[in-house]
Amino acid sequence: MSLLEVRDLVVRYGRVPALHEVSLEVNEGEAVAIVGPNGAGKTTLLSAIAGVVAAAAGSIAYDGRNLHGNSPEAIVRRGIGLVPEGRHIFGSLTVAENLRLGMTVRRDREQARRDLAATLDRFPILRVLHDTQASRLSGGEQQQLAIARALLASPRLLLLDEPSLGLAPLVINLVFEVLGELRGRGVTILLVEQNVARATAFATRSHLMCGGRIEPLPETVDGEAAAGALLAGAYLGTGEAR
Amino acid sequence: MIVATLHSIVQDGVDALSLGSTYALYALGIALVFSVMRLINFAHGELITAGAMTMFLLVGVPFVALLGIVLVVVVALALLTERVAFRPVRDASPATLLVTSFAVSYLLQSLAVVIFGSTPRTVDIAGGLTGSFTVGGIEIGKLDALTIGLTAALLVGLALFLARTSIGVQMRAAAEDFQMARLVGVRANRVIAISFALSGLLAAIAAFLLLVQTASVTPTMGITPVLIAFIATVIGGMGSLQGAVLGGMLIGIATVVLQVALPVELRPYRDAFVFAVVLGVLVLRPGGLIVARSTITRI
Repeated sequence: MSLLEVRDLVVRYGRVPALHEVSLEVNEGEAVAIVGPNGAGKTTLLSAIAGVVAAAAGSIAYDGRNLHGNSPEAIVRRGIGLVPEGRHIFGSLTVAENLRLGMTVRRDREQARRDLAATLDRFPILRVLHDTQASRLSGGEQQQLAIARALLASPRLLLLDEPSLGLAPLVINLVFEVLGELRGRGVTILLVEQNVARATAFATRSHLMCGGRIEPLPETVDGEAAAGALLAGAYLGTGEAR
Repeated sequence: MIVATLHSIVQDGVDALSLGSTYALYALGIALVFSVMRLINFAHGELITAGAMTMFLLVGVPFVALLGIVLVVVVALALLTERVAFRPVRDASPATLLVTSFAVSYLLQSLAVVIFGSTPRTVDIAGGLTGSFTVGGIEIGKLDALTIGLTAALLVGLALFLARTSIGVQMRAAAEDFQMARLVGVRANRVIAISFALSGLLAAIAAFLLLVQTASVTPTMGITPVLIAFIATVIGGMGSLQGAVLGGMLIGIATVVLQVALPVELRPYRDAFVFAVVLGVLVLRPGGLIVARSTITRI
């Protein structure tokens, strides 16, 4: 059974349609990537799953139950974590306070404490900067904090929106290393990325979004040429993407 | 001569600090709700009125019990307005929120007129506080000392609450980026309700101080405090709690300084000069003295 099942999802901003009957399934333990140009609707799709924007039609089911009507905080409590584009760390709070907020939904205090220690081992720079105001962190450090904060909620499904955006290559390597480790631990990942090469290499399956519509990218070696044509169509507007 | 001038300056300084503290208390009540909900709650004035009227009704009840009851009544009323009037329109436009707050304010004012009538009622709830004491030749009003002490204690308590407790950290996160706070699991209803409860607590204390000061209760007694609070939060920087305190202090201190410094014939126009100072601050710093972190909407 799919952990996440999006069916014919329609989202509009006022009268402007952002998603046109988008359907997507993510199985437990999978890492699924969604690539596509700016304005394709990728962020809107993640926002709808996280409960930030309302669906005009269609459904989103998580672990077999419809998420319709659930508040963002209720969705986090059900096990879906979001690392948003632009990090959205709380700049006026310290690194420690940001991490503490990540544990808001945890009830297993002892385990949460152990997870915090493990997270600080995974991102040692956060241990060094523990009492620093988060707004003083570099972009790479803020991204590590945003991912660490989401992980501390112990999500079953982690949504990541452009985690490599604006980061130095070394930090991008670290981010994907951590994501690989999470996938190895069985965390299901839905990754939205503009870095097509890194995203498709990381994911078990990939989809292309363009103009608010979604379609799978061919997975087989034979399909590589077709995938390339689809991507070129989406990014360059040469008409290959449907 | 020099000693007399020095005494006079210290005396005026105490007055300025006292008035500034009172205004900071008013402003903090407005700012607490605005920081998490982006609502300018003009009904905060009616919470002050409700506190004063409750005290009027309970004259004769032992002082500590009276204060306790007033706190409970005002906090309960603050929570009730949040649940009944503001929660249903939480996601509406700022204009809708503003109109709702005016509606709640007028409704509560009208209710007060129906229950108490519009005639001012006099009441002496703490006559012992109207005197003064002398320290080093400086006469300090007991009420001034209480106002400054109480405000300082409340500010320290609030700062500790926001810094040290889990819900305090959640409130600070929600004030900075409400949507992201919800996305890490902060319960919107809980954080907003606590903000209203705290603003109710501040309104109850402001009602007590105002009533001791004026010894009079009217259904419209909350209007002036809420206007001062609104102006203080604007010049302090909307959404910033430190800004609200700073704005309240600035207006209070400017009021007392102008009262002392202006020539006698200009003193009736003191408030016009105070608002000129306010205008000057806004021209120099349109975002207020302390600009709160803005919320980025695209998530």
